[in-house]
Amino acid sequence: MPLDKATVARIATLARIRVPEEELESLAAEMDKIIGWVEQLDEVTTDDVPPMASVVDVELPWRDDEVTDGDCRDKVLANAPEKVEGFFAVSKVLE
Amino acid sequence: MSELNCLTMAQARDGLAKGDFTSVELTQAHIAALEASRELNAFVTETPEQALEAAKASDARRVSSNSGGGEAGSMEGLPIAIKDLFCTEGVLTTASSHILDGFTPQYESTVTANLWRAGAGMLGKTNLDEFAMGSATVTSYYGPTVNPWRRSGDDKKLVPGGSSGGSAAAVAARAALGATGTDTGGSIRQPASFCGIVGIKPTYGRCSRWGIVAFASSLDQAGPMTRTVRDGAIMLGAMAGHDARDSTSADREVPDFEAALEKGVKGLKVGIPEEYQMKGMSPELLALWDQGKAWLTAAGAEMVPVSLPHTKYALPTYYIVAPAEASSNLARYDGVRYGLREEGETLQEMYENTRGEGFGAEVTRRVLIGTYVLSAGYYDAYYLKAQKLRTLISRDFREAFDKVDVLLTPTAPSPAFAIGEKMDDPIAMYLNDVFTVPASLAGLPAASIPAGLSGDGLPLGLQLITHPFDEETMFRAARAVEDAAAFNAEPTLMAGDGS
Amino acid sequence: MTMLQGNTGDWEMVIGLEVHAQVISEAKLFSGAATAFGAEPNTQVSLVDAAMPGMLPVINRVAVEQAVRTGLGLKAEINLVSVFDRKNYFYPDLPQGYQISQFPKPIVGQGTLILDLAGGETREVGITRIHLEQDAGKSLHDQHPSNTFIDLNRSGVTLMEIVSEPDMRTPEEAGAYLRKLRSILRYLGTCDGNMEQGSLRCDANVSVRRAGDELGTRCEIKNVNSIRFVQQAIDYEARRQIELIEEGGTVDQETRLFDSGNGTTRSMRSKEEAHDYRYFPDPDLLPLEISQGFVEEIRASLPELPDAKKERFVSDYGLGTEDAGLLTAERATADFYEEVAKGRDSKLACNWVTGELFGVLNKSGLGIGDSPVSAAALGGLIDLIADGTLSGRLAKDVFEAMAETGKEASVVVEEKGLKQVSDSGAIEAEVDQVLQAYADKVAEYKGGKDKLFGFFVGQVMKATGGKANPGVVNEVLKKKLGG
Ligand SMILES: [Mg+2]
Ligand SMILES: [Zn+2]
Repeated sequence: MPLDKATVARIATLARIRVPEEELESLAAEMDKIIGWVEQLDEVTTDDVPPMASVVDVELPWRDDEVTDGDCRDKVLANAPEKVEGFFAVSKVLE
Repeated sequence: MSELNCLTMAQARDGLAKGDFTSVELTQAHIAALEASRELNAFVTETPEQALEAAKASDARRVSSNSGGGEAGSMEGLPIAIKDLFCTEGVLTTASSHILDGFTPQYESTVTANLWRAGAGMLGKTNLDEFAMGSATVTSYYGPTVNPWRRSGDDKKLVPGGSSGGSAAAVAARAALGATGTDTGGSIRQPASFCGIVGIKPTYGRCSRWGIVAFASSLDQAGPMTRTVRDGAIMLGAMAGHDARDSTSADREVPDFEAALEKGVKGLKVGIPEEYQMKGMSPELLALWDQGKAWLTAAGAEMVPVSLPHTKYALPTYYIVAPAEASSNLARYDGVRYGLREEGETLQEMYENTRGEGFGAEVTRRVLIGTYVLSAGYYDAYYLKAQKLRTLISRDFREAFDKVDVLLTPTAPSPAFAIGEKMDDPIAMYLNDVFTVPASLAGLPAASIPAGLSGDGLPLGLQLITHPFDEETMFRAARAVEDAAAFNAEPTLMAGDGS
Repeated sequence: MTMLQGNTGDWEMVIGLEVHAQVISEAKLFSGAATAFGAEPNTQVSLVDAAMPGMLPVINRVAVEQAVRTGLGLKAEINLVSVFDRKNYFYPDLPQGYQISQFPKPIVGQGTLILDLAGGETREVGITRIHLEQDAGKSLHDQHPSNTFIDLNRSGVTLMEIVSEPDMRTPEEAGAYLRKLRSILRYLGTCDGNMEQGSLRCDANVSVRRAGDELGTRCEIKNVNSIRFVQQAIDYEARRQIELIEEGGTVDQETRLFDSGNGTTRSMRSKEEAHDYRYFPDPDLLPLEISQGFVEEIRASLPELPDAKKERFVSDYGLGTEDAGLLTAERATADFYEEVAKGRDSKLACNWVTGELFGVLNKSGLGIGDSPVSAAALGGLIDLIADGTLSGRLAKDVFEAMAETGKEASVVVEEKGLKQVSDSGAIEAEVDQVLQAYADKVAEYKGGKDKLFGFFVGQVMKATGGKANPGVVNEVLKKKLGG
């Protein structure tokens, strides 16, 4: 199934990226070409192959349960486009 | 004294130690070189004051250490450049993206912190493809970086490769003794090859990823870009090390890489992967590769043909895995907590406007591809399939390394191309990474060494790949290639070359 | 009884619950920021929790231990290898743009929970899975007319999502499930179970069907914050669905919100965008591997849990299952009871704890931990009953005084002079006076009016201010009247 304009529009909404209507067509064509190209992987039989779980042979390290961080509101809010009374602020979310 | 910026890192280190010049003098020379090479657009942000301050502090430390007060760091007093993907405390960090407008981290990446602890100073933040997505440094919001090299008899501006193109150009133009890069699918090695310098991607897990703006978490790895193999060894030694804040960081000793350099390659088995000999490869590239084999053979190594049967699937695998991870890693750029915000009627609109405005075309394309391959109904066909291919590609390498110690391949399929070329065909651009991506998928250490010039006078690199965490063998082989190649060609635009 | 009657016949409710339990730990799941409730906004936020560029997660050991402990407490299988996935969606209180959670490979697999129902009845409910995940921050919509405020203090706190099988059939069973789950979590010390503060949050999946039919389409009711509301929400939702179907409509699978103001549920989001979470293994984390030894160490440290304790209370103390259930619902209550019962009449101890003590606690809204009468003090009171110092009736007065003043039973008895009089000489004198004063009644009694015996007892008790030992009074009266 070719990757069409409607699919790109749906994916763009899912990814929260505004794509101007007039660019959808060409973007769909490009993406379709890329997806068609990666589909050459179908040539390889992989039924018994496990997906790669980790790149290096390292065990997941565990932290101790200690408070070692936080209490740095100024740093957290330093780059905020809008902040009010210690909160981040965005335009009202309607449920 | 007028050409301090043309020293290698090792020469500068030794000169400082002997007291031939100060770090302030060395740094001033580099600031002048950086200013003289602005036409390259290698830097997004210049930080001369910070560099000088670091130099002064270093000179002071040296005085005190000479009188017995502590030891000089391994990069004491050396001014370097930092890819603008590393978060640097109090210094604008952009990833060359509009979406990080004005973002000033309140923290320092582990790798840069390690470098400052070793005594280095920062000249500035270098340009890159937006979020490191590209092979030409043309997708930067801050405009393309220009390769300091020109084809003989042609003044067309060439790309420096990418994504670490700003770092590569700055080092090649002698505007920095060395620079940090990051490599996800070839972003250190390919620009190193295009700019005639050394680029090293260590084993995944060797350098901490903490504080580096993430592109594809399972592939991203920091490494040094320098003009010599020795400099690469010095700088990697300072950058590497275990970091408890990165769960994928390897808890291993960092060997003395510099000490490994002169061990030679006598008795080493060098694998030549047959699948890297691709259809349509240029004769000059094949000749260079043959030359490399001859050099290593002459130095006492044995050439062994090996097979990496899944090589041709590496690129399509990469172009599923990397965009998938990127689509998720870049979700945090939403206009809420930092960076660009473009208001909208609703929150959903604010998100869409911010991200639509903030991301360039290539980033948008990759985020959408990544979103698509992870979306309901497609995950198994694309993402899971690619992760299985990754297992097969890794197995290929493991089996090859049962027989050989190191692999020798070209770094890139072509020399640098002109800005504007290959821009309208994403897949043609992706093919730049055909030789570098397989090692990235397997997390292996790999280096690009400048080995010769193309017919029209542009640098070409050879790539060396070794076992995980066996950077020492990689350095030995790299040094042997460097030694034999005696690459001393200089770029057309070189700051402080007496012109 | 478990059926709901519609206009066209009987319907069965099918209920499954998803509980989000905040794990008790000092620091967050993947960062070193504190977890305490109620701090100033954004003061318990690390750069990791705020999803600054380049920040990475490192897992908290205690979060892993608590999940395993909870799994063992629910008799569930523990998966020695589990995987953290990213669940991708955009929301302002989700800074990363994804929640780190577990999807196909959770840390805990299938388990069971036993419901304690009315009349001492029990019923098993299957646990599907428990997985670890990050909590989101908080969006405050009502602080400002045009802004939503975001506080990330809760962002990254460890949650266990405990998912049940759709095994419940009535709102009451759902309530019993939540009470029992909360009880087990508290016993284990893995979650404080506070629904008001949101450390225990419940989503209910509700569908209806004709008896014996396939499962119907379910709706998920999100984030209901008390057991009573959960029951109310389920009841409303089931009736809504039945009405819809009976009127010829179909149920849409959707997420609904409960309005505690009017007891109804309403659709939460417009359906313009179906969720597509694009789960994939988090490349910043490796698979979580734990050893069998690690699991066994935790198993060995588990406390006796409510079901086992209840069984023991029945067999060792001879209690009924309902009383045993009441006493073991909270570990502190069970401990309190055992201290009271130690070396004493266990049934009497049970009566005093579930009767008088629970009465006082309920009235004052106190928990067992804040009981004005300590276990030792209550034991002391029971001792005074056992040795005859106090009658049952006097003991109740003493208990009341103890609850008010916090004094020991013996002190109250001393101060109020409530000591029971058992000395038969003293009682004989009182009896003689009463019989003298009511000679006419004595004559009637002797003439066959047996019922007057109670009258004489009452008069003697009255004369002694209630302090006479009723047993001795009976004995003396019988002797004098009968002799
Ligand atoms: Mg759920
Ligand atoms: Zn959840």
